[in-house]
Amino acid sequence: MPVKNFVVGCFTEEPAVFKAVKKVRGSGYKLHDIYSPYPVHGLDEAMGLRQTSLHTAGFFYGLFGVIAALGGMAFITVHSWPLNFDGKPHFPLPSFIPITFEFTVLVSSVGMTLTFCWLNQLMPYVRKHLFHPRQTDDLIVMVIERTGKTTDEELKKWFADMGAIEISAQRAETGWWYGSYAKPAPYETAIGSEQAVTS
Amino acid sequence: MSLKYESTVREPLINGTKDFHQVTEDIVRPIEGKPGKLWYLGLYISVALLLFGVFSVTWEVYYGIGVWGVNKTVDWAWAITNFVWWVGIGHAGTLISAILLLFRQGWRTGVNRAAEAMTIFAVMCAGQFPIWHVGRVWDVFFIFPYPNTRGPLWPNFNSPLLWDVFAVSTYFTVSVLFWYAGLLPDMATIRDRAKTKLRKFLYGVAAMGWTGSVKNWQRTEALFIVLAALATPLVLSVHSVVSMDFATSVIPGWHTTIFPPYFVAGAIFSGFAMVQTLLIVTRKILHLEEYITLGHIEAMNKVIMLTGGIVAVAYCSEFFVAWYSGDFGEGGAFWWRVNGPYWWAWWCLITCNVICPQMFWFKKLRRNIAFTFFMSIIINIGMWFERFVIIVLSLYHDWLPSSWSYFSPKWPDIGFYVGTFGLFFTCYFLFAKYFPVIAIHEIKHVLKTSGESYKATMGAIEKESTEEFAEGVAHAAAH
Repeated sequence: MPVKNFVVGCFTEEPAVFKAVKKVRGSGYKLHDIYSPYPVHGLDEAMGLRQTSLHTAGFFYGLFGVIAALGGMAFITVHSWPLNFDGKPHFPLPSFIPITFEFTVLVSSVGMTLTFCWLNQLMPYVRKHLFHPRQTDDLIVMVIERTGKTTDEELKKWFADMGAIEISAQRAETGWWYGSYAKPAPYETAIGSEQAVTS
Repeated sequence: MSLKYESTVREPLINGTKDFHQVTEDIVRPIEGKPGKLWYLGLYISVALLLFGVFSVTWEVYYGIGVWGVNKTVDWAWAITNFVWWVGIGHAGTLISAILLLFRQGWRTGVNRAAEAMTIFAVMCAGQFPIWHVGRVWDVFFIFPYPNTRGPLWPNFNSPLLWDVFAVSTYFTVSVLFWYAGLLPDMATIRDRAKTKLRKFLYGVAAMGWTGSVKNWQRTEALFIVLAALATPLVLSVHSVVSMDFATSVIPGWHTTIFPPYFVAGAIFSGFAMVQTLLIVTRKILHLEEYITLGHIEAMNKVIMLTGGIVAVAYCSEFFVAWYSGDFGEGGAFWWRVNGPYWWAWWCLITCNVICPQMFWFKKLRRNIAFTFFMSIIINIGMWFERFVIIVLSLYHDWLPSSWSYFSPKWPDIGFYVGTFGLFFTCYFLFAKYFPVIAIHEIKHVLKTSGESYKATMGAIEKESTEEFAEGVAHAAAH
């Protein structure tokens, strides 16, 4: 995955972030991402991100669950080993409903959670670059990629105008890699840690 | 959009003057500090109980179910009572996290994490009973429907006992997913402030690479709301299915159509009682009184009152139907419930579940911590007796007076039950030390609308005219 240059601004108040997002979209700067310690409602919309399709995926997993449960039980009780209980039907739908329901919920939940992990690249031992250690504590951290069209100084000044309380320029991996959080990131050792984070 | 403000009429959910960092500090402190002597003592006692449980179960597996007090007439007794009791307790957590999420109950944020953990541990305890009750436990995998070389021999899909296998295992899985998905951001919080290498590594693995990006949060919220929508009927279905283990049989006292709602209400009743027991101690020892406030305790007491009322109505209707149906067997079962040798068990149930909870009509008592703690234990005793009464007291005087019998537990019965307490509290002690017992990110999410110090500034907003207020909301939305 590529290592890129970023300028990072930290905010404490939500309104300042919303204002900065609105500004950055008209300015031509390349907004990388925003990190926050809690869900900031409306920020995805403000950034112009599309709504997630996780719900739709959940529906289809559920549909698969219904079909698998009913189909499985039908196969077993009608085809594989039909048993005659007092001449009752081999496929008694009402008494199959509880298992069908439970299995639907199970498949849908497990499927959605795995999809959630897949989309967010969440897995034990997966590591990503952390722009600020307080982004999971009390800061809303906005990250802009420094492209050829702009400079660190310009972006830093822009962040200062937006009311960021802490601003830094960083060189960081954009994707994820396998690694322990207890060790330095591989690209940091490769290019030297003082080059990796310069403020 | 989140609310711009919440009415000052509503009680704050977080007391004291807090900022985001302070919230992190308060909740993570016990994880980073050394546990006290009490914690070690509690853990050692729990592990000792657990080991005694393991010994009792080993004894039962080696010598067979005959070492329990069960006999030909009372063939379900303590193990099934304990199973239903633990599953019932396991109902509060997912009710709080799923149903109260759908109903937008802000107070759930303070208690959901610990309640969900409690749910998971309670279901783990519950699961032990049917597993070891099968007797030949090495054949327990026969309950799973998979193509096999025994015929193939399939389980009976018409049987509520098999529905139960699906219901309880699904409930456990979904509860774990719900709980852990909520834990990810908090694990990342601990990871990012960790000082030691080991903690960085372990919480790094546990947080699975969480960063808190906008997409992370957007998907989390989508996942939560759909999981909540799926888990809501699931919570209601689990104890309904458990009740059908009894209701679909033809035993007087069991063969009742009101069982599903009656069991679900009872489950929530006992589940909330257990949440109270645990959280009253947890908030005191971990100094979390500002997050689990009297308001939270009162809210849960109200749920206890409601579900206790439903349960009381169910008891009455059972007796009414036993009389009104004119069914001889049904009438006999209920006559022996009150007048048989186990009369005291029935009175214990009525006293603990119907009479005592009426005290909660007084607001002073709903907000009294010592009284709530006492009541939570009374209710759990009562709910244990409810299951005991339903199971043993419906069986012991059956159709043939010559086969009437009595049940007394033997030591392996008691050892097994005590062992599940060991399992439950061992898990809970480890949870309270190594996991954030309050959902940090959810508290931060409601802090600025429901925190005491923030609410104090909201009087000004309340004085605004409707036009000014609407304009302010529109302005906030525009940003």
